[in-house]
Amino acid sequence: MKSKTLNIAISGLNNVDSPGPGIPVIRGIRESNKFESRIIGLAYENLEPGPYMHDFVDKTYKVPYPSEGVESLMERISYIHNRENIDVLIPNFDSEIFVFIKLADRLKEMGIHTFLPTLQQFEERHKSNLPAFGKKHGIKVPDSYPVTSASEIFDLKKDQKVDYPLVIKGIFYDAFIAGNSEQAAIYFNKISAKWGLPVVVQQFVKGTEVNVVALGDGTGKTVGAVPMRKQYITDKGKAWGGITLDDPGMIDYTHKLIASTKWRGGMELELIRTADNELFLIEINPRLPAWVYLAVAAGQNLPEAMIQLATGENVSPFTDFAIGKIFIRYSFDMICSMDEFQKLSTTGEL
Amino acid sequence: MKIKKSLAISDTGFVFDPSTGDSYTLNPTALEIIQLLKKDHSPEQISEIITQKYDVDESAFERYFYDFIGMLKQMQLVAPDEE
Repeated sequence: MKSKTLNIAISGLNNVDSPGPGIPVIRGIRESNKFESRIIGLAYENLEPGPYMHDFVDKTYKVPYPSEGVESLMERISYIHNRENIDVLIPNFDSEIFVFIKLADRLKEMGIHTFLPTLQQFEERHKSNLPAFGKKHGIKVPDSYPVTSASEIFDLKKDQKVDYPLVIKGIFYDAFIAGNSEQAAIYFNKISAKWGLPVVVQQFVKGTEVNVVALGDGTGKTVGAVPMRKQYITDKGKAWGGITLDDPGMIDYTHKLIASTKWRGGMELELIRTADNELFLIEINPRLPAWVYLAVAAGQNLPEAMIQLATGENVSPFTDFAIGKIFIRYSFDMICSMDEFQKLSTTGEL
Repeated sequence: MKIKKSLAISDTGFVFDPSTGDSYTLNPTALEIIQLLKKDHSPEQISEIITQKYDVDESAFERYFYDFIGMLKQMQLVAPDEE
């Protein structure tokens, strides 16, 4: 029984080859049997597909990049709120989560709910802080070091702190495996030019990459968790196909991590399972991932649960999910009118 | 020799390992052998069944059988205490 309609603002509408999680999150919300939804898209670019996907997004507003400053973003959100009366806002980009955590109290005063990690949770799981995070919460992580120049990578190798192959990672996105110092320098320059500093140097761990999408309620309880293995990976390292796993060890790992961190909000754990069956944490993304709809299809509607938590409702934890459920991503050419493109480009609304 | 309990094996020879997400396709002979292994038949019993049913002698079958078992172990499809 759907008792109410919620106005939900969502970003990450770039449903492209390296997709943002916006559209998959909306799919989960649209399938809710607890509430109706009006989806307000927050777009950064005119050619993000989401604004033109009218089955998913009811109305879109362009918003300024967080890098343009908190106040201009806040001003735009206020403008949108005056027209749309936003109940819940879900930011979906790593690069905007920090800003929205900072704005959460001001948004709440306006009546806009969010369900984000705390600033401490967000900061301590940063790629550059991973070793300290692992130590604090008793989990295995590969040795990681933030560096601000390529020569620091060579020093780390000289001091025998790391050895090739190494994973060279951007602070928010991108990762490359470097087999020698020349490659390390090339990838350092490439990543620092795109994502800025520091660049993170991580010891490569050999094994199979497995992932978990999970939702923590902020008190240490895991609301839901679904493990997945990527079956098909694009040249950008994104999953183009994946399958849910029957892996109680990964579920237990996630429950312990959420209990220890009291994680609030969605998260994606990126793990490596070694030949010895050990799990190494290589990254925590502080949001639901683009493959979250697999969890919805497997029986855990985590986006719906997140909205309920954001609006202060009690949510019973999910206890089960379908094993062996597969997703296969596909690309599709939408035909859009020039009028719509023109409207979004010139008025910033569609 | 025991096959992982959690393996899902279809009548068409499709094998799915839910713990790793890997899947495999078996030919009819391999399917027959894996079904016998699932029913806890010993290698000797399997050899007897297969050599009686098909035109293959015991020593040739044994060679192929242990080659197949090695492959199952490599793919981690064998119960952990049997590896």
